[in-house]
Amino acid sequence: MPAALQITAAAPDPALLDLPWHIPLEEWPEDLLAALPRGISRHVVRFVRMSGSVIAIKEIGESVAYREYALLRDLDRLDVPSVEPVGVITGRTSPTGEPLDSVLITKHLKFSLPYRALFSRQLAPDMATRLIDALAVLLVRLHLIGFYWGDVSLSNTLFRRDAGAFSAYLVDAETGDMHQQLTRGQREYDLEIARVNIIGELMDLEAGGLLQDVEDTVLIGEMLVQRYNELWRELTQEEEFSSEDRWRVSARIQRLNELGYDVGELQMTTDFDGTTVHIQPKVVDAGHHHRRLMRLTGLDVQENQARRLLNDMDTYRADTDRLGDDEEYVAHDWLNEVFEPAIAAIPRNLRRKLEPAEAFHEILEHRWYLAEKAGHDIPTADAVASYVRNVLPDRPDEEAILELDTATLRAISDTDTQIGS
Amino acid sequence: MASVTFDHATRIYPGSETPAVDQLNLEVADGEFLVLVGPSGCGKSTSLRMLAGLEDVNAGRILIGDRDVTDVQPKDRDIAMVFQNYALYPHMSVADNMGFALKIAGTPKAEIRQRVEDAAKILDLSQYLDRKPKALSGGQRQRVAMGRAIVRQPQVFLMDEPLSNLDAKLRVQTRTQIASLQRRLGVTTVYVTHDQTEALTMGDRIAVLKDGLLQQVGTPREMYDTPENVFVAGFIGSPAMNLGDFKVADGKANLAETHIPLSRATLDALTPDDNGHITLGFRPESLDTTTQDEEGSFPVTVNLVEELGSDAFVYGQLANAEAAEAITSGAGESQMIVRVDPRRPPLKGDTIWVKIRQGEQHHFSPATGERLPS
Repeated sequence: MPAALQITAAAPDPALLDLPWHIPLEEWPEDLLAALPRGISRHVVRFVRMSGSVIAIKEIGESVAYREYALLRDLDRLDVPSVEPVGVITGRTSPTGEPLDSVLITKHLKFSLPYRALFSRQLAPDMATRLIDALAVLLVRLHLIGFYWGDVSLSNTLFRRDAGAFSAYLVDAETGDMHQQLTRGQREYDLEIARVNIIGELMDLEAGGLLQDVEDTVLIGEMLVQRYNELWRELTQEEEFSSEDRWRVSARIQRLNELGYDVGELQMTTDFDGTTVHIQPKVVDAGHHHRRLMRLTGLDVQENQARRLLNDMDTYRADTDRLGDDEEYVAHDWLNEVFEPAIAAIPRNLRRKLEPAEAFHEILEHRWYLAEKAGHDIPTADAVASYVRNVLPDRPDEEAILELDTATLRAISDTDTQIGS
Repeated sequence: MASVTFDHATRIYPGSETPAVDQLNLEVADGEFLVLVGPSGCGKSTSLRMLAGLEDVNAGRILIGDRDVTDVQPKDRDIAMVFQNYALYPHMSVADNMGFALKIAGTPKAEIRQRVEDAAKILDLSQYLDRKPKALSGGQRQRVAMGRAIVRQPQVFLMDEPLSNLDAKLRVQTRTQIASLQRRLGVTTVYVTHDQTEALTMGDRIAVLKDGLLQQVGTPREMYDTPENVFVAGFIGSPAMNLGDFKVADGKANLAETHIPLSRATLDALTPDDNGHITLGFRPESLDTTTQDEEGSFPVTVNLVEELGSDAFVYGQLANAEAAEAITSGAGESQMIVRVDPRRPPLKGDTIWVKIRQGEQHHFSPATGERLPS
């Protein structure tokens, strides 16, 4: 190990030292790799197993590596869905003394799905919409905190299941920039890049015969712009009403809550004569349901999953006739009596297929399907048993889909069938 | 194609009191390659992003051709940011990789093909058009990415430190490629870098910025030969110019045992604010080795000799330790750089006598930093 090797990491794992940093990434022995490299990327990227998990290593210039590392850490701190940076290694040299590029290391995001996997299958009718929605939500969130991405694309994004929908995670921050506040020009340009990139990526899948069920790639790209603008307006737009309609203040806050946002600061002004009120949300934080569920149960899940779990908790509260009880007590009991037993009933060998919260969401869907067929309510325990027996075994393992081969694609493509069937 | 005009363009970031770019006035001629250069925080990237529409212009305006684009959205400005992202699509042919943005914009097929073929010719990619990018080398892939910008036929190319991500060798190669490509295409280009060598080798003209203020614009030769102030003098050129603080007396610039005659014009340009001092600048190659008896010569103690084959540079300091502090260069405080005959370099620890070659010294006012007549 050359003395000059320098590792910058918030929590360095000593196992990092055992990796062959003196070899160019492109030539790393196959037995180290968690997946074989595929596709063309700007930089050499490899997935490697380390200390029981998977890390992504990207070879890149030193200053760019430090920059991206710092940006990812900022995003992490601000709670924006993004890959978690592990560290930067510089000062690499080959045994003959040739300098090698620095590397940026990130954690592989468990249970994440690359867009190629999602678009290359028989899409459920609104699958494309759901992915684009997720990306629009992410982009709005980034823009709200002043992050200009510079290279928005499907391939720089990973998707995680979120109670039937998806949440999007930023994977590549190389071209990004943190600002105090974005100008309209920056937001519009980011959107334009996104639109063109998305269409390009879909055209590419089309050219490779891998795109299913998407008729018009241009339309999908434009959908992003539309969804983004709708959400941005809803979150930031100024509203004007007569001072007698003051209920509209709380209505606006409730609407934002339903969209999954908390209002951190709301600016309210009145005209000189006090007849007209203007309100404009100044600070909105995503993750309203996520935070509520986290506070009640300690569960750290996606926004829609949280919404789903909270709904089930409310149903449980009504069913057990405890509407007068403290929410905290009910949540505790729901966790012990409903959620935990359902998750515990999933055999160990099937746990790599879905995240617990997503599995729970599917169990609830399955219960609904069974109830409809039977014409009466089905106990959750029965639904769990049926789900574990009839649905889950046919699903692919999604814990670590890294680079795709055709076998994985085929496996995933079979899974979007009805959860009830 | 079009000219670009910054007309008193100013950018003040929210929450900041000092402008990041302060009343920038700059004209880029049609077809010109202009490089914005300066240390980090000088406002060069902000200026470029103002032109791109990514930064608001708080005062003044920006024109592309005759069109005021100050409030026009980025995508409607008819500009192309080159190299921002050059992911290639593996299933699409090289031609489709270059032309897909036109397809999205609804350009007729025949026209797309024509534009792609024209760009490919310029980029030496004609024989690869029907192949997949996988079959291309790294350099060719990069040219495909350039092709993407070219086929759009924008009015202006914008490049923000496009080479910062490349290793040293590829950087020099790509530098040459971009410069020659730009000349062939004749598209107005604004290029941002912090690297003065890049600026000197690529630009038709260079604009040096510092603290949001434009310091000087000119051809590489003008910037090198007649820097308008001390900052530009020290920034342009590698190794950097030596700059010394001299006392003015008896019509001469004096530092310890060195006395350098000054012209009438120079002396007349000094003001009381200069307090009887003058800043002299002299490039490492403007020094001749000489002997002690020659007027204006000074002794330099050799700390290090850098031998480059074609050149050799002495890094040293004035032998008189007290006077040494008055001299700075890109090599650091109290340091001087002297180009010497590479076939007969001195040794570390030697003292050499050097003299500024006639007419090659630069004069600056210590009070304002501005250039004085020679």
